[in-house]
Amino acid sequence: MSANLLTLSGVHTHIGPYHILHGVDLVVPRGEVTLLLGRNGAGKTTTLRTIMGLWRASKGTLTFDGTDITALSTPEIAERNIAYVPENMGIFADLTVRENMLLAARGAASEKQMDQQRLQWIFGLFPPVQKFWNFSAGKLSGGQKQMLAVARAIVEPRALLIVDEPSKGLAPSIVNNMIDAFAQLKKTGVTILLVEQNFGFARRLGDSVAVMDNGVVVHSGSMLALSEDAALQNSLLGLAI
Amino acid sequence: MNNSDFDWKPVALVPLLALLVFPLIGSGSTWLTLTVAGLAMGLIIFVIASGLTLVFGLMDVLNFGHGLFIALGAFVATTVLGSMSDWTQSDELWRNLVAVLPAMLVAMLVAGAVGLAFERFIVKPVYGQHLKQILITMGGMIIGEELIKVIWGPQQIPLPLPEAMRGSILIGDAAIEKYRIIAVVVGLIVFGALVWTLNKTKIGLLIRAGVQDREMVESLGYRIRRLFIGVFVMGSALAGLGGVMWGLYQQTVTPQMGAQVNVLIFIVIIIGGLGSTAGALIGALLVGLMANYTGFLAPKVALFSNIALMAAILLWRPQGVYPVANR
Repeated sequence: MSANLLTLSGVHTHIGPYHILHGVDLVVPRGEVTLLLGRNGAGKTTTLRTIMGLWRASKGTLTFDGTDITALSTPEIAERNIAYVPENMGIFADLTVRENMLLAARGAASEKQMDQQRLQWIFGLFPPVQKFWNFSAGKLSGGQKQMLAVARAIVEPRALLIVDEPSKGLAPSIVNNMIDAFAQLKKTGVTILLVEQNFGFARRLGDSVAVMDNGVVVHSGSMLALSEDAALQNSLLGLAI
Repeated sequence: MNNSDFDWKPVALVPLLALLVFPLIGSGSTWLTLTVAGLAMGLIIFVIASGLTLVFGLMDVLNFGHGLFIALGAFVATTVLGSMSDWTQSDELWRNLVAVLPAMLVAMLVAGAVGLAFERFIVKPVYGQHLKQILITMGGMIIGEELIKVIWGPQQIPLPLPEAMRGSILIGDAAIEKYRIIAVVVGLIVFGALVWTLNKTKIGLLIRAGVQDREMVESLGYRIRRLFIGVFVMGSALAGLGGVMWGLYQQTVTPQMGAQVNVLIFIVIIIGGLGSTAGALIGALLVGLMANYTGFLAPKVALFSNIALMAAILLWRPQGVYPVANR
């Protein structure tokens, strides 16, 4: 078993006439939280969408758990126990919270068939999911929607959880709740890949980090090293912490 | 914030329209006759349009060939009912139903099978290309109509109502045609079955989710194209069923009947909000009532009335009465 759950090697992605990724090399170590950082337009979201097969890699390879997934369709990739929370959260606004959760539980045809023990654990992580169980998801607040999006992604055990900007637009108390939830998830052994703009959020969660710029990974290493090196942060992220 | 927040305003439009025209019609019995006729027509249109709106909602496919399945269903019914004349000419309703039910089932099977071929050979190559979809599906319908002429002939074929379904029931002074009551019952059964499937089954949940955000449904591990094929086939089968009902309503069938109804069903799904089943029902009922009321009150503007209705609705709600979230 490889130490890296996911490996991207020289991945290029074109969206129409635009060449977005210019040879991304990225490793996501098994059982760790990896943060993908970078300024707006650096290619972070495109990288996640390419991993999920939502945009096709025009060159390069993506390997998940020792299997080449470059040419697989999005459902085939998701079936390998990869969960994805997009930047817009992907909540089905016309469905209830319960229906959103049931939909993500691929093995359950009805609410009764959902893993009740796991559901209780998720309710503990994200209490609003239980509180608004039979409510329309479209009426939830931004923070509640983000909690639902992550809760939905983990309704069944996953090998890899990919989340695009989980702290975006959230109040500080909700951000803290998110950090606690991801920390608990990490303890269960799930590998997590997060795209994040909030360096404070990233620093509290990340084991390893990759920084992107202009469609390539320009730095990768441990989060600890980056968080202790102000000059490096400044040069990579323009931060002055 | 919960499901009791259902938006009832569009639902209220149906009784509102009926009540608004009541003083213009004057006679209560005439109003009742026209209203039942309008509801029957609306429910038949709903049966036809329900599949089309889901097809558009799930895959953004503009299928202008949907009318082919209507005509096909009606022509299949002429053959099935023609071969069961002993049953259709009986005075007993149950014997008539024994003939009509297989006609409906065979029409649904044939329309569904042709729908499967239509999706595989005509629609599949043009996913995501709206202009080509319009051209090729209209072309498919023209070819289908010509094939119907080859099999059944180019002439208009009578599709008489079975004996016990003819005539009217008197409610006070109002004469309500028996077949219209049957059409209302069949339409409500189809609507109930659709609502149950969409709200109580996992497949229905997937369809509702796919209409909102198909990319997210795929990201959850579901193959939405397979789901789409299933919905396309079911939508075609329902159009075949609607064709039988429409043919019996008109009592004649022509190869062009699908193209004629096509205009109405596109008005219905635009009024309803593309992808919305509940919206399609409201749109169909409004169109059915409007056609009957204006046909009585001002026959010269009857053809224009539904276009005017659509324009008025879109001025009120530009995305239709029940816009689908995330679209």
